[in-house]
Amino acid sequence: MAAEDFLDWLRREGRIVIVGASLAGLRAAETLRAEGFAGSLTMIGDEPYEPYDRPPLSKAVLLGKASPHHTELPRRREIDAKWRLGVAATGLDMGAKRVRLADGDEVEYDRLLIATGVRARPWPKEAEAQLDGVFVLRTRDDAVGLHRRLKASPRRVFVIGAGFTGSEIASACREHGIEVTVAERAGAPLVGALGGVVGAVAAELHRDNGVDLRTGVMVTALEGDTVGRVRAAHLSDGSVIETDLVVVSLGATRNTDWLAGSGLGAGPRGIACDAGCRAFDFRGIVTDDIFVAGDVARSPHPLFGYQFLSLEHWGNAITQAEIAAHNMISASAERRPHMWVPAFWSSQFGVNIKSVGVPSMGDQIMITQGSLAERRFIGVYGYQGRVIAAVSFDNTRWLEFYQRLIETAAPFPVEFPTVDRRPEGRQPIPSDFPDPSLPTHGPTVTLSGYSPSDRHLVFTPARH
Amino acid sequence: MRLVVDLNKCQGYAQCAFLAPDVFAMHGEESLVYNPRAEEELREKLAHAVAACPVQAITAEGPAGPGHTPGEPGQERSDGR
Ligand SMILES: Cc1cc2nc3c(=O)[nH]c(=O)nc-3n(C[C@H](O)[C@H](O)[C@H](O)COP(=O)(O)OP(=O)(O)OC[C@H]3O[C@@H](n4cnc5c(N)ncnc54)[C@H](O)[C@@H]3O)c2cc1C
Ligand code: SF4
Repeated sequence: MAAEDFLDWLRREGRIVIVGASLAGLRAAETLRAEGFAGSLTMIGDEPYEPYDRPPLSKAVLLGKASPHHTELPRRREIDAKWRLGVAATGLDMGAKRVRLADGDEVEYDRLLIATGVRARPWPKEAEAQLDGVFVLRTRDDAVGLHRRLKASPRRVFVIGAGFTGSEIASACREHGIEVTVAERAGAPLVGALGGVVGAVAAELHRDNGVDLRTGVMVTALEGDTVGRVRAAHLSDGSVIETDLVVVSLGATRNTDWLAGSGLGAGPRGIACDAGCRAFDFRGIVTDDIFVAGDVARSPHPLFGYQFLSLEHWGNAITQAEIAAHNMISASAERRPHMWVPAFWSSQFGVNIKSVGVPSMGDQIMITQGSLAERRFIGVYGYQGRVIAAVSFDNTRWLEFYQRLIETAAPFPVEFPTVDRRPEGRQPIPSDFPDPSLPTHGPTVTLSGYSPSDRHLVFTPARH
Repeated sequence: MRLVVDLNKCQGYAQCAFLAPDVFAMHGEESLVYNPRAEEELREKLAHAVAACPVQAITAEGPAGPGHTPGEPGQERSDGR
């Protein structure tokens, strides 16, 4: 079949399978239908629920403003899909174009979209992770459980890890008047994502709101009582904290295990793809029928030196899903690249935190508006003489302006005079990221070179 | 009714909180919190909020949302399940 005929046929009666029925999966499905895909669409998701939104789980839900049972995503249109919910994909046969399911079924595809996201990294000591009262927060079920325990007035909540999610949880607890201890290995909260200068402001936010923040410490053990409920946490500085509720916020692991042995370029850092969301196989050859989107994807970005970026960002999941869906049913000349400028928000202790670009690439930061002391500011990150990212604390309206600077690779230090000139405003200072060779627990952006999997080509010399 | 706010787009103008205070509230100076499952009786207020948001950050199922899906009961079921 000629290429155009195939595409016509695909759009009319082809089979598209989406694995991962969450934000990226749903938005891709909607886009496929919006762009006229009339064939069969199958949505496979291991959670028993229809696609729901995760950001409220650590914000509105814990603040009591929304029910953990009801964050389902609104539908932008009918998608007329076959839903296979509550069943995991367990394997992929690239040759036969089939996805294997946990219930033994197999689903054939002409085009496949992988949007399996990430899962919370559990507490590494398994027996301790099993203790009653130890939680992670990624899924709706996690939120339901955590919410129930928070309502039962715990004496103290112990949060491991002060990334965005950990900080949001601590913030919600304080708002309910619950005592909280937060333990963080780095010198301050949010350091992995925003660096030490901004991290110091985050640390003040925690402490001013009554969080018992312990930085520069590791949690060495969780201790249970005789009936298997958690009762204390032990820290590397020798201290012991009594607690009946522990939330492990140590970042995420990419859901690629089910692809082991499939031949796809999938590994612990995600699934590598080209700028058009087409997945690479393990030899680095681009596939033309397998696409990826959302938290599980790693794609090269021209604004950031074509480094592969993995983003755990809500907005990225949506735009990447839309691009992937469009490209899945388009001829090569009509395909579009995914060149979204990374953007992220968080809300904690009543402060609106947003970032654009890739702060963790910036070696310097310059406070261009507002001031750190007032906790209302814009920080601009510089990398090799250009603007690479910006972060705002309660100053969101300016962020778009800085996004344009990033997109146009504007020079750093920035030269424009600011309206509100402040002493700290004119000097770039080191942004103070931890040594990149030490893994941080919860980056929202991962930069990596090309090494998509732990599989490798083996050269076997001929025998005679 | 389900709704979601693109908080990357949201500029904290609080129009929505003014028009549908039972769904949207400001938290601190700029942060928006909202209930993603608004009560049916708030349909009209929600539609006003969707329309009034200066950056069109709110997507709601049913009233005036982009792509407008009819919010009739049972509508989800017709999705092939
Ligand atoms: C508590 C919390 C707060 C957040 N807050 C923010 C925020 O403030 N701002 C922001 O930008 N982002 C935030 N995020 C991140 C945002 O939610 C993610 O970027 C987004 O959910 C990514 O969507 P996705 O569809 O790629 O992946 P996911 O939402 O992770 O969905 C993947 C789905 O695939 C399923 N799956 C996995 N493996 C399989 C398999 N083998 N077979 C079938 N199904 C499978 C998973 O169970 C899951 O349902 C937050 C996330 C969490 C958890
Ligand atoms: S009206 Fe729009 S921009 Fe304003 S707070 Fe509501 S969602 Fe945000």
